[in-house]
Amino acid sequence: MEGDKVDPVHQFMVNKIVPIHIGGLDLSFTNASLFMVVTLVLAVGFLIATTSSRSVVPGRLQSVSELSYEFIASMLREGAGSHGMKFFPMVFSLFMFILTANLLGMVPYFFTITSQIIVTFALALFVIGTVLVYGFYKHGFHFLNVFVPSGVPGVLLPLVIAIEVISFLSRPISLSVRLFANMLAGHITLKVFAGFVATLSTLGALGIGGAILPLIMTVALTGLEFLVAFLQAYVFAVLTCMYLNDAVHPGGH
Amino acid sequence: MFVTAAYAQSTPTEGAGSQGAAPAEVHTETGVAHEGGHGSGVFPPFDQSTFASQLLWLAITFGLFYILMAKVVLPRIGAILESRQETIARDLDDASRAKSEADAAVAAYEQELAAARAKANQIANTAREAAKAQAAAERTAIETELNGKIAAAEARIADIKVRALADVGTIAEETAGAVVEQLIGTRVPEAEIAAAVKASAK
Repeated sequence: MEGDKVDPVHQFMVNKIVPIHIGGLDLSFTNASLFMVVTLVLAVGFLIATTSSRSVVPGRLQSVSELSYEFIASMLREGAGSHGMKFFPMVFSLFMFILTANLLGMVPYFFTITSQIIVTFALALFVIGTVLVYGFYKHGFHFLNVFVPSGVPGVLLPLVIAIEVISFLSRPISLSVRLFANMLAGHITLKVFAGFVATLSTLGALGIGGAILPLIMTVALTGLEFLVAFLQAYVFAVLTCMYLNDAVHPGGH
Repeated sequence: MFVTAAYAQSTPTEGAGSQGAAPAEVHTETGVAHEGGHGSGVFPPFDQSTFASQLLWLAITFGLFYILMAKVVLPRIGAILESRQETIARDLDDASRAKSEADAAVAAYEQELAAARAKANQIANTAREAAKAQAAAERTAIETELNGKIAAAEARIADIKVRALADVGTIAEETAGAVVEQLIGTRVPEAEIAAAVKASAK
């Protein structure tokens, strides 16, 4: 187990807490599941508790909830117009869930659920699925105008359409891998530098002196990772707004 | 596909962790041996055996989260923001109404003031006119009286002058009679003297 202490991948291990097997599928309640539940409870608890007084003049915490509401609302309105506002609960849920999960992952020994590709991929598929279903439901075959940019000469059209289709198909991959890779890489880097500190400090006085450098790096990276935690949630929400715009207004604005 | 990718992915990170420079093949093997105690040997995020469980629990938690957001949290925050908007709008409304009332009161006051000022001016003017008229009337009355007195005085002066002139003739006759009597020693008839005086006076 000594190796596990400095093994940067160990933190991504999914461990069963309550084993559940149904029809040959492993549906166990794991540490990942636990932190999904913690994320849910924490985010909902915060949003409900801070708005419980419903004061006209908000306190600090109520302001945080209101600001996140208005932040996402304005982001969606700018990204997808007023018709896109019917997706407000979806974008808000995605942003808050990912943000809470990312920030929760910054706590030592906590599991980062967004560092699992299947989780981010499922969220990305949820977004793209919503775009496809709503787009075809609302506009029928006009939704395919998404792939035909206006003002393109006829000769280039097949090429442009091919590029547009490929770009559309790569969206769920880029959306999920961006979030997953950022969280994964950040946590691995943190763990590696923190591991240097632990390893070097066992080498006597010189080692302890040498450990200062990776310690400074670890502190700086922790700050950076908090930024990344917010930024990735923001990027995910912004891209969701952009993709939803295609569903609301296919074929340009 | 995922598994292959996982092996490739785990290679550099394992290398960084154990600070080794050995070939990748060996390291991947060590990595597998390392995680042997945890069940499968793949890079954890690509371990497909956990996918079903993660998907299920993500669906449960995110679904619940979405429902709670859509049904409880967002309407609640929306209501708070709306009620604030309404309060602000109402307060602004009240303020603008109060302002217009104040403006109306000021206008009414100004109007009253102007009316009062006009009235005061009118009263002053009337009084001035009346005083002027009275003064003029008194002056004319006094002037008339004075003119009467002047006329009377002038009449008396003319009368006195006439009488004085008449007396002058008599005195001249008497003086001439006396002078002639002294000169010639005889009395000249009064009629002659009077005629002579009259002739010389002309």
